[in-house]
Order: sequence, then structure tokens, then C-alpha cells
Amino acid sequence: MAAFIGLFRRDLRLALRQGGDAGLVLGFFVLAVVLFPLGVGPEPAVLQRIGAGIVWVAALLAALLSLDRLFEADYHDGGLDLLALSSLPLEFAVLAKCAAHWVATGLPLALISPSLALLVGLDPAEIVILALSLLIGTPALSLIGSVAAALTLGARRQGIVLSILVLPLYIPPLVFGAGAVEASVAGMDARAYLLILAALSLAALAFCPWASAAALRQALE
Amino acid sequence: MDVARPLETSPTALNKPARDLIAEDLACRRGERLVFAGVSFRLPAGGALLLTGANGSGKTSLLRLLATLIPPAAGRLAWGAEPFDADVVAYRALLHYVGHQDGVKPGLTPRETLLFWAALRGAGSGRGSPPLDRALAAFALEPVADWPCRWLSAGQRRRLALARLAVASASIWLLDEPASGLDRDNQLSLERAIAEHRKSGGRVVVASHTLIDIAGADVITLDAFAPSPDHVAG
Repeated sequence: MAAFIGLFRRDLRLALRQGGDAGLVLGFFVLAVVLFPLGVGPEPAVLQRIGAGIVWVAALLAALLSLDRLFEADYHDGGLDLLALSSLPLEFAVLAKCAAHWVATGLPLALISPSLALLVGLDPAEIVILALSLLIGTPALSLIGSVAAALTLGARRQGIVLSILVLPLYIPPLVFGAGAVEASVAGMDARAYLLILAALSLAALAFCPWASAAALRQALE
Repeated sequence: MDVARPLETSPTALNKPARDLIAEDLACRRGERLVFAGVSFRLPAGGALLLTGANGSGKTSLLRLLATLIPPAAGRLAWGAEPFDADVVAYRALLHYVGHQDGVKPGLTPRETLLFWAALRGAGSGRGSPPLDRALAAFALEPVADWPCRWLSAGQRRRLALARLAVASASIWLLDEPASGLDRDNQLSLERAIAEHRKSGGRVVVASHTLIDIAGADVITLDAFAPSPDHVAG
């Protein structure tokens, strides 16, 4: 347990420290959302219609942006060898790294999303649903992403291969995350969407650390 | 009566100098190529093994094989009477591997780095704990202990990687080119650390082509184990 917490804290510290990419991810997220009103015009009806989708797509891309760093640095500096040899099972090491990744990227995205939702003209009730959907759905993004990051480890042009691999896998969280807000806009109950989103995150939690660990072992050989 | 499980299986008992690290007829395959075959040795407590050979002769591969990072293509690796994979977790707890990369994060300080690896090995995580200070002192890292590692020179990073040995409390040291980048004084510190480790019953396997002084070490020149074309393994 001490090892798990130690790894979580180290990764979080690295992400938040100068040179880490937590700030960059947040900046990218804000800029990507801000570009849409400039591109499609300031008409409130249009923006409100597509607002939730915009925020969710921007969140996916922002999460994607930081994924290649999840194992890459450890892989190249030899730290991954030592992680694999430590008493902490690799599955739990992946889990600790995903948790740190989520706290450094997913959580800030969810927390900042209300102010961006105002920008695209969502109502207060919908803003709450949007923030909630991001809060519930972003753990799945980190976990699913970890599998792709582990699989593409050491590949040339890892970033692009990673995007192609992971974006299709992000479709379910996107559909149900944006769907929750749209349901709320249409006056329906968003609960079902949020529950499915939670189920996706839980399924990812159960499955992804094992898949990632297997891929990492392959990469180390 | 339950006598099937010998006492030695607890981690502290595994540190007892009674067991040897035994390799018989090890072979290693990287991709399609057989790197070496027929490597055998026996490393008793206090023993040292120096791996030499040309570039690409398999020094690093043999170390990674001993570290369980890659499986042997043929042959047997055993800890005492038991094959190492009978209890991989216990075997891994015995060893510490210093690869030719340093595993040093530019954003952390040496102190944080060592604290983290100590916690990861479950070797107590107390701040400023004596082993940590001793590890920093052993490789003269105190002056830079609180600098970000991005300011460290290559030699200092190397020393930080070696300082992990002092917090890891492992019995088997696997060192890949440990002296690369070290100045004379620090190479002497390293040789001293190795000698002390062996005196207290530890085992050392070193891959190096720089001259490193390890008293009474067995030498394996891996060039001699390059497989002949008609040699088929595994």
C-alpha cells in the first residue's frame, strides 16, 4: 500500500511540477472549447445544441494529449524495469499511474468545465450535469488510454498511433457523456446516462489495469 | 506433519548466505538471434561475477535475464535448490538491478527519488531515515540532495542510480556498466560499496568493459559463448 501511494504521489508531483503537463492539458482544453464559438458563430441556439458535445470532444482530445507520457518517460529512463521488479504488482502500478493521471488531468477538466459551459450557453441545470458527466466519465478515459499507451510503448510516432488506437475506444464515454447533457436539454432525466457512464468507468477499472500490465510486460522483454 | 515447507521461504531467511545463485546452460534469444548459449556459473554468498565481452555479446541480456526481465531461451536459473520462478516475487525482492539507464526523473530531487524507491521496495518511508542519508553519503550526493535532477551531471545521475542500492537492501546486485560516467573517486566509492556488500554476504554481478577492481571475481567473457552456427537451442 505504501508503494502504491508512493507511486501515485510521485506521478502526481511530476505532473504538477514545472515542466509537467497538467497545466498544458488544461490550457489546451480551454482553447479548444473557445475556438468553437469563434468558428460556428455566436448564435446561442446553435451553441447550446452542440455545447455539451464540444466540451466532451475537447476533454477527450485533452486527455489524449497527455497519454503518451503515462509510461513513456519511465520506459525510456529505465524506471519501468525497476517498477516491474518491485514488490508492487504491475497491475497496481498501472492503477496508481492512472489515478495520478486522472487527478492531474480528468479532475481539473471536470472542475473547470462549468465556466466553459457558460461560454457555450448551457443552462445552470445542464452545467451541473455536464460537470458530473465529466467527473464520472474521465476515469474511463485515463484507464482506457493506459492500455493504448502501454501497447504503443516504444513505437515510432507513438502519439499518432496512440490517437488512432484510443479515439475509437473513447466513443462510448463520449456518447453517454454528451448524451446526458442532451437529455437534460430535452427535458429528460439524465440519470440513466450517468449510470451507464459510471458503469463504463467501473468496467474500465476492472479490466484496463490488467490489459495495460500485460502490454507493459511485453514491452519490457 | 507439515514439514514440506522449509523455513527458508521467508524473505529474511532468504537473505541467509546459505543459498547459491546457480545458472546452468543459460541461453538467451533476442528476436531471431541467439545471443549466447551454454552459460553456467554458481554465485555463492560474498561472490562476485564480472561479465565482459564485446558490444552485443549479451552482457546486458544476461543481466536482464538474471533480473527476470526476460525469460531464458534455454537452461536453468536457480536460487539454491529451487528454480527462481518457483517464487518470482521472493526472488525479485532479493535483487536490485541497476541498468545502464539511470531511471532518474528531471523533475524530482535526489532525496525525493530515493524516498520514492525506498517506499516502492517497502523499505520504510520515514523522512530523513538513516538509510536514506547513508545512501546519499555513500555516493557523495548530499550537496545536491535537494536540487532538481535536471541540474545533475551524467556522473551525478549515475551515482543517484547507484545510491538506490543502499536503500534497496537487496542481496543480489546486478550492475550494468556501473562505473560509466564516474570519476576516479566515485569509482573507488563504488568498489568500496561492492566490497562491503560482499563482506556482509551479498552477491554482485557486474557487466563492464571499463576496468573495475573487484577482488577475486569470477570472470565470464561472453564472446566465448556466442553460439556456433550449428548450435540449436530451445
